[in-house]
Amino acid sequence: MAAETASVPATSAPAETERLRLAKAAIRRGKLRTRWLLLSPALLTIVLVGLLPLSIILVYSFLEPGTYGGVRWVFSTDAYVQFLFERDLFEDTLTFNPAYLEIFWRSVELALLSTVGSLLIGFPTAYFIATRPPSRRNLWLFLITLPFWTNLLIRTFAMMLILRDEGVINIILMKLGLIDQPLVLIYTDGAVFLGLVYSYLPFMVLPIYAALEKLDFRLVEAAYDLYATRGKVLRHVILPVAKPGLVAGCILVFVPGLGAYITPELLGGGKSLMIGNMIAIQFGNSRNWPFGSAASLILMAIVLVALLVYVRYAGRRRGHG
Amino acid sequence: MTGDGAAADRTAGRSDRAGAAAIEIRRVRKVFGSGQERAVVALDDVSLTIRDNEFFTLLGPSGCGKTTLLRLIAGFEQPTAGEILLFGSHLEHLPPHRRPVNTVFQQYALFPHMTVAENIGFGLMMQGRPKREIDETVRRMLALVRMDDLAGRRTDQLSGGQQQRVALARALAPHPKVLLLDEPLSALDLKLRKEMQIELKRLQHETGITFIFVTHDQEEALTMSDRIAVMSDGAILQVGTPREIYDHPARRFVADFIGEINILPAELLETREASGGASARVRLSSGQVRLARLPDGPVAAGRVNVAVRPEHAGLQPAGEGAALTGTLSNVVYFGTGTHYHLELDGPGGEGGRFVVELQNRLGAGADHAIGARLGILLTDGSLQVLCD
Ligand SMILES: Nc1ncnc2c1ncn2[C@@H]1O[C@H](COP(=O)(O)OP(=O)(O)OP(=O)(O)O)[C@@H](O)[C@H]1O
Ligand SMILES: [Mg+2]
Repeated sequence: MAAETASVPATSAPAETERLRLAKAAIRRGKLRTRWLLLSPALLTIVLVGLLPLSIILVYSFLEPGTYGGVRWVFSTDAYVQFLFERDLFEDTLTFNPAYLEIFWRSVELALLSTVGSLLIGFPTAYFIATRPPSRRNLWLFLITLPFWTNLLIRTFAMMLILRDEGVINIILMKLGLIDQPLVLIYTDGAVFLGLVYSYLPFMVLPIYAALEKLDFRLVEAAYDLYATRGKVLRHVILPVAKPGLVAGCILVFVPGLGAYITPELLGGGKSLMIGNMIAIQFGNSRNWPFGSAASLILMAIVLVALLVYVRYAGRRRGHG
Repeated sequence: MTGDGAAADRTAGRSDRAGAAAIEIRRVRKVFGSGQERAVVALDDVSLTIRDNEFFTLLGPSGCGKTTLLRLIAGFEQPTAGEILLFGSHLEHLPPHRRPVNTVFQQYALFPHMTVAENIGFGLMMQGRPKREIDETVRRMLALVRMDDLAGRRTDQLSGGQQQRVALARALAPHPKVLLLDEPLSALDLKLRKEMQIELKRLQHETGITFIFVTHDQEEALTMSDRIAVMSDGAILQVGTPREIYDHPARRFVADFIGEINILPAELLETREASGGASARVRLSSGQVRLARLPDGPVAAGRVNVAVRPEHAGLQPAGEGAALTGTLSNVVYFGTGTHYHLELDGPGGEGGRFVVELQNRLGAGADHAIGARLGILLTDGSLQVLCD
């Protein structure tokens, strides 16, 4: 109250200030309009290809499956229950069934392993490229991205040709007389791991390269100068500076690796099922769209939670520094 | 009090290894690249002895090989030929992290992911010193460079001068035998630069560490150094105290590079040895004969160049046995002194230019008008014969 009465004499300059205020408001409105106009393509894309399909999946996950695929418009939480429990058809009781959890767990394990694998291969590769003379780096980057010029499906078939019983590896080993029987390489978890690493390696190399390329190599010299051995330079200077790239690379490999479909389908031979395949089956042969939708959302939730935990952790670390 | 103690320590240290050579560079050559076209000779047959406890400066224009020489000493590059000794022992096969030599880099190269204190403690941590000792030394270093209250700052939140001091403290903390400084002041503004010059001198005095300092600023070199090596094109032209380099430049390049100087053609008449250094009688273009100092290096007989600093010359009325005569073409007043530019009389009317610098005295007005004919006063010993 006191503040209001006090402010009356201050704003008493009459029409002039009022007009100024209106003009300013108009300008503000105009600016706001242009801002929305400029944003609209991005917003439209996000809604059309992101939010809309996601909403459909969300709605479907709470419906009942149709007999020949599709959904029946009856509310049900069965899809989520089915994820953890098995409903006995005759007695209508629920028993805990870890089968789907196990598939999830195996997928997480395989995705983590292939993330570590591509990190171990990708970091030295990126370091190698970043330390070449600038004129040569583009050639190396081109070679790294070369596999992307062909379809993932074709690349995976190529992996099959290498790994199968009459594949390149087995033929060479048999010719050398090291083995009599072909090794079982294909249709194993190992084959899926190899396939995932091979498919997503560039996603690891490129962000690490981007971080290392910005690394001032004088820092490396400074560390050598201050009695650091090679290993210590790596640990105390190169890795901390390249950390954003390492994190980005790991996320870029882990997330698509977790939901991979083609690689486990072709190289795992259906024996080692991953989440991606399981979800695909629900929409295909199993004709259980609600369950497929629920599994997709659970997968998404896991990834989101993992990322959020990481962001929290990283943010706190930075805040402390 | 502490200053006295440090000075006493230093004197003691000095008498232990009196005149000891901290660094000996013997006939070092460094060629970058290979092939005839792409090879760059950065250093060509360089020999140099830097004494223990010395503030030694490498002075030269851009691209003359100063950084290359420091990098060879630090171990980032290997010499193509020749050898480098540190306190008498060979350095060739020691990697940088095993040389008791630290560098203050031109762009500081502070670790961006560490605090000021972590940066300063890095060298000690890498040496595996106990944490107590590291903390103690870091605290001492922070006090030494007057940064106590910024220990926890990240280095990207520091001003240029502060970064420079952290770089210095980081290189000093492990107490190296030799500290290499690659143009550490070039990124600072003039005022800060003057302050840091004094600070660097103080640090060198207090720590007793041999400093090898690189600069292309001649004034900085003159004010800070115990001795200076002037470099050009991968070679060392002259080594000496600031006074020797300034007063008695041996080469045209050295004379030109440091301060202002007049260079005159002359004829070498006879040389004589004296206690203060060899000198010679030279005949100037005017026919006047003067006594000039001879440089250390070999001098061609007959026609030579002699150099005279503007402030070592004077003005007198034309005639009367003036060393040279000329016409006053310009008078430049600059506060403490005045520069008088003269067009010299010559055989073909073209005798070149000569600058005389006179101190300004309070109350004395400008006494010479432009266009006046004046004589130049050169006393014996104000002239220096050049090798080239
Ligand atoms: N790694 C390198 N490869 C090829 N040539 C080099 C390399 N480093 C230096 N040079 C060349 O060697 C010569 C001396 O270089 P250096 O860096 O020692 O000069 P500088 O005296 O430190 O110059 P500035 O004052 O500009 O720093 C230059 O001609 C430079 O181009
Ligand atoms: Mg340099």
